[in-house]
Order: sequence, then C-alpha cells, then structure tokens
Amino acid sequence: MSPAKPTKAVPTLAGFAAARPLHWNSWVAGVVCLVVGVIIPVLNVGPSPRSAFHISDFFVTLVGKLTCYGIVAVAMDLVWGYAGVLSLCHAVFFALGGYAMGMYLMRAIGTEGNYRSLLPDFMVFLDWKELPWYWEGFNRFGFAMAMALIVPGVVAFIFGFFAFRSRIGGVYFSIVTQALTYAAMLLFFRNATGFGGNNGLTDFKRILGYPLREPSTRAALCAITGLALGLTYALCRYIIGSRAGRVMTAMRDAEAKVRFSGYDPVAYKLFAWTVSAMLCGLAGALYVPQVGIINPSEMQPSSSVEIAIWVAVGGRGTLAGAILGAFLVNGAKSWLTVAFPTAWLYFLGVLFVVVTLVVPGGIVESFSGLLKGGGFLTKYFGGLGVKRAAAGPETAAAAPVSTGGPGVGEEQEQP
Amino acid sequence: MSAQLQVDKVTVSFDGFRALNDLTLHLEAGELRCIVGPNGAGKTTLMDIITGKTRPDVGTVTFEGKDITRFAEHEIVALGIGRKFQRPTVFPGHTVFENLELTSHGPKGVFKMLFARLTADQRQAIEKTLELIGLTDHATRLAGLLSHGQKQWLEIGMLLIQQPKLLLVDEPVAGMTQQEIERTEEILSGLAGAHTVVVVEHDMDFVRSIAQKVTVLHEGSVLAEGQMSDVQNDPKVVEVYLGA
Repeated sequence: MSPAKPTKAVPTLAGFAAARPLHWNSWVAGVVCLVVGVIIPVLNVGPSPRSAFHISDFFVTLVGKLTCYGIVAVAMDLVWGYAGVLSLCHAVFFALGGYAMGMYLMRAIGTEGNYRSLLPDFMVFLDWKELPWYWEGFNRFGFAMAMALIVPGVVAFIFGFFAFRSRIGGVYFSIVTQALTYAAMLLFFRNATGFGGNNGLTDFKRILGYPLREPSTRAALCAITGLALGLTYALCRYIIGSRAGRVMTAMRDAEAKVRFSGYDPVAYKLFAWTVSAMLCGLAGALYVPQVGIINPSEMQPSSSVEIAIWVAVGGRGTLAGAILGAFLVNGAKSWLTVAFPTAWLYFLGVLFVVVTLVVPGGIVESFSGLLKGGGFLTKYFGGLGVKRAAAGPETAAAAPVSTGGPGVGEEQEQP
Repeated sequence: MSAQLQVDKVTVSFDGFRALNDLTLHLEAGELRCIVGPNGAGKTTLMDIITGKTRPDVGTVTFEGKDITRFAEHEIVALGIGRKFQRPTVFPGHTVFENLELTSHGPKGVFKMLFARLTADQRQAIEKTLELIGLTDHATRLAGLLSHGQKQWLEIGMLLIQQPKLLLVDEPVAGMTQQEIERTEEILSGLAGAHTVVVVEHDMDFVRSIAQKVTVLHEGSVLAEGQMSDVQNDPKVVEVYLGA
C-alpha cells in the first residue's frame, strides 16, 4: 500500500478501475455479512412466528444457501477477475468440500439410519461389510473440516501446477477445467467410488450433536456462513490489495511483461487458484448441512459455468459485485424455477446476453456509473464500442486489453 | 577477460526458416552496442534467445560465466538482464507509480510479495526514476491512459528500476518525436558504463549518434562488426542495408 496509490477510481476505465478498491465495495460486503450473519438469524430465532419481524425458516435456509454461493463467487472473482484465469471447474472444488462435510454428517448419523447399521445406509444397501479406508477419520468434525479445505486445495494445486507450468492459458485452460469437471462427475456417479453414487450423501441427522432439523441450528449455520463470507471477502481483499495482488492483475493484463519483470507467473496463478479452490471447499462444507444433500449433480459442467455467470453479472474484478451477482442470479433462480419452471434457462440466457452487451462490467459498473452522476445511457452508448471487445466473458479469459494500448497482446504467449 | 555476455554459434529455426544461423556475439561489460540489420535479419529473435523467450536449437548463451541457455525468463531477469519490447508494454490497469513498483528490484516470490511493503530505498528509487523519465506529475495516472511516448518512457523506467546489468532495448525511438529521441539518446548514453546496453534500432541517425560499436546482422548471421564509421563503409554492409 503506497501513499502514492490513487484513492479515486477512474470512471472511464471501469473494467480496470475495478482492480483498485472502490470505497463502497467493502461496505456492500460488510452489509451483506451483517444481514446474513446477524440480522436474519436473530429475526428468525428471536421474534415469535406471528410477529411481523419474524423471518421464516425457509428464508433462512435460502439465504444461507445463497451466501455459500456468494463465497464461491468471491473465490471465482479472485482467480478470474483479478488473476485472469477463467475456471470452469469451481463447482468440483465446491462439491469436494461438500462431500467432506457430507461424509462427516453421514458418520454422525451413527446407527439411526434406515438399516440401523454403523455403516452409512448406501454402503449397507451395496452390501459392503466395512468402511473404505478413505472414510476413516471422517467421524471427527475437525478432520472433516480440514479435508474440506485440503482436498480441493491439493486437487487444484496438482492440476494447476501442470496446466500453468505448460502455459495453458485462456480459453484452452477453461476447456481443460471443464473436462476435469465432467470426469469428476462421472467418477462420483459410480457406486464403486464409495460416495453414494448418484444419490450422493443425504438423510443427515445432526452436526456436532445439534439436530439439523432444529430452526436454531439452521439459524446458527446461516450466521456462520455469513461470517465465512465476511472472512472470505476480507482475505481476498487483502490479497488483491497486497503487492502480490498487483502482480496478479498485471499478469492478467500483460503476462509476458510480468515474466520479463522477474516474476514467475506460475507461482502467482497457482497461489490464487489454490486459495480460490479452498474457499470453494469451505463454501461447499457450509452448504451441505443447510440443504441436507450432496450428490454428483453439483459437479455438472453447467454448474461451473453458472458460477462464471454470477461473477460476470455482478461485475468481474470487484468482489462485492461477485457477491451481488451470486445473490441476484440465484435469488432469481429460486423464484423463477418455481414461478416459471420451463422459462428459467431462457431467463438466464437473456440475462447473460444483456449483461454482456449493455453492462460488460456487470451491475456494479452500472451502479457506480449512476452514483458518479455519469448518465447511464451516455455511459452505455459512449463506452459500448470500446468495452464490448474486452469484456465479453468468452474473451475475458484472455485478459482485457482494449485500453492497454497496442502491443499489450503482442508479446503474449508464443506457441 | 571473457565477455559478459556470450552468444555462441546459435541457430534457431522456425518451421525450416533459419531465423538465426550460427550466430556468435560477445559483449563486454559496460559497452553500448547497437544491433542493426534489415527486416528479418534476426534482431528480435536474438533478443528472444538472450531473454529466454525462445530456446536455441543449437548453441549456448553464457552470462557472466553462467550458461543460461535453458533458464526461464524470470530467472534470467533475476540474473540482471532486462528487456524493453519493441512496442511499449506497460501494465495498463496500474498507475505509473505501481508500474514502477511492480518492476522494482527485490524479492519476487508470491509469499514474500503478499506481505511486502515498499522499502525506503525502493521508494526512493521509484521517485528518482519518475524524475529521470519525466513522469513525476503522472505518478497516479493509470498507465493505460498515457500517450505513446510516455508509455515508452515508462517502460524504460521500468527497466532501469530493475537495476539490470545488461539492458536490451528494442527500437526505443520508434514513433518518438525528435525531442524525445534526443532525450532517449541522453539516457541510454548515460547508462553505458554502469550497465551494458544493447540497442536494436532501425533509425540510422540515432545509431550514429549513440553507438560506440555496431553489429550488423543479415539473414541470421553477423555480417559486420566494429566502429560505426568502419562498418558504414564496409561494402558488404552497404550492399545489404545502409546503401539501400
């Protein structure tokens, strides 16, 4: 943090200005955390169900779920919006964290399952006699939580190490991650893999002794998720505000130049990538006790694409925008899939196209444009030509360079 | 005394085209060398070889007695070889100050940088560099908003602040005004001695005014080497390049 660092964002470069903290960004994140972490749980548990201030159990669970998505979105924004690496396998990391938590919850059922066995129901059903070795230790909460972070971290590290070292970047990297997603999903669909096949893990009873059906347990989980979102935001904000963060954004804009400045892009990408994966694991671990199930459909390739959409809609490279995007898109999804079940995907498609064309910087950019008094329409028509080239999510992986002058793209990767 | 940089018998082919053909080039510490040659002579490829962007098919590159032929780009930078690209490459989303901060001399590892603060020395170096390249007043502007000339300046500054022992400068005056060219001459001439400077340039007037020693490349090999006045009168050189 240098004193010479400018404190005001430059509106004409919304996409890039996003790299430096907007004042209200942390406010937005803070308010979201306060609402999710404190206000909603308190209003759920405190006032009597008849009171006008009471918040329903359904709503608490919904918000808890959305907040988990918010964590994923922030993690995605770190690696995509700042480090310029578009991942289409974040749902896998999310699901891995979820499975780790699910394994603990399965073990915590004890003998209360349908078959009254110490083994999880699906193993009894498959006629397994004993626990597979990799289920050992998951009866302990601390171990399971550690695994929820470590497993996605290790998978991401190994995968990322080879991909980044081979200089697989841009669209190619995204395609490879998508393939990883598909492979992981197929693996988890198999009964023999030992995670419950396509039914996944479900029918959980309690967490750390607290019954999951109790509204108070759910309110507590919601509060913890809110706190986790706050910590995730703070961590990512710290990273991008550090000198390492500036190297990451520089790498996004001109990777070759970063290399010739003496940095090893592999290390920086790997760092952002691994941290991001671990945060997804955390989100997955918080998600599973709240929704009560984890199965391989969480790993669908489309789930990973949706994560990218949340971030694009909210605003890449803003963190708070990613949170808002996750809430907005998923909130709309919860509502629309009930109200118009068949139209949901059309809505998502239209939303994505409109955002890409009209506000390539995401809703955050259009807000900040309004706040700064720049007429929204002027901004739209004035900036469209320049920004469209840079900010389409498809091209975004290759780093936005439109205002970077000629030459930025010139010295990019050699074949 | 063995040379600071030795490029020995290097050959590079791209799909059968020999960009460099058995090229040998030695540089003494502190010298200011100009490399000239027609398009396609292999000037930029030579830079790529020295900085590790391209690997030679045959031959070695030695810097201060160390074989760097297979080193990665950032490792070569760490040894003290800096490069300025042909077209200005700055970090458009960062301010001028941050651009210099990013290229500052110091540790470059991700965990160190996560907690690194600018030291007083580094800050001083940045301020000194800002002054040298005349961008002090623009320190808080985004580099993407600078003019072409200013970007060139900034990039030279970004190179200088790395405190390289060897500076590779690719066409530093392309697109510059006469005034800017003169300032660039001053800077580069001032650097020689303390640093070894290699300049690749098309602009012969510029070369004439700064060069102590000139190497002429042609079709991937050294055609002639020596003082500007000698080289200029070399019939081979006149034929392929200067006479044209």
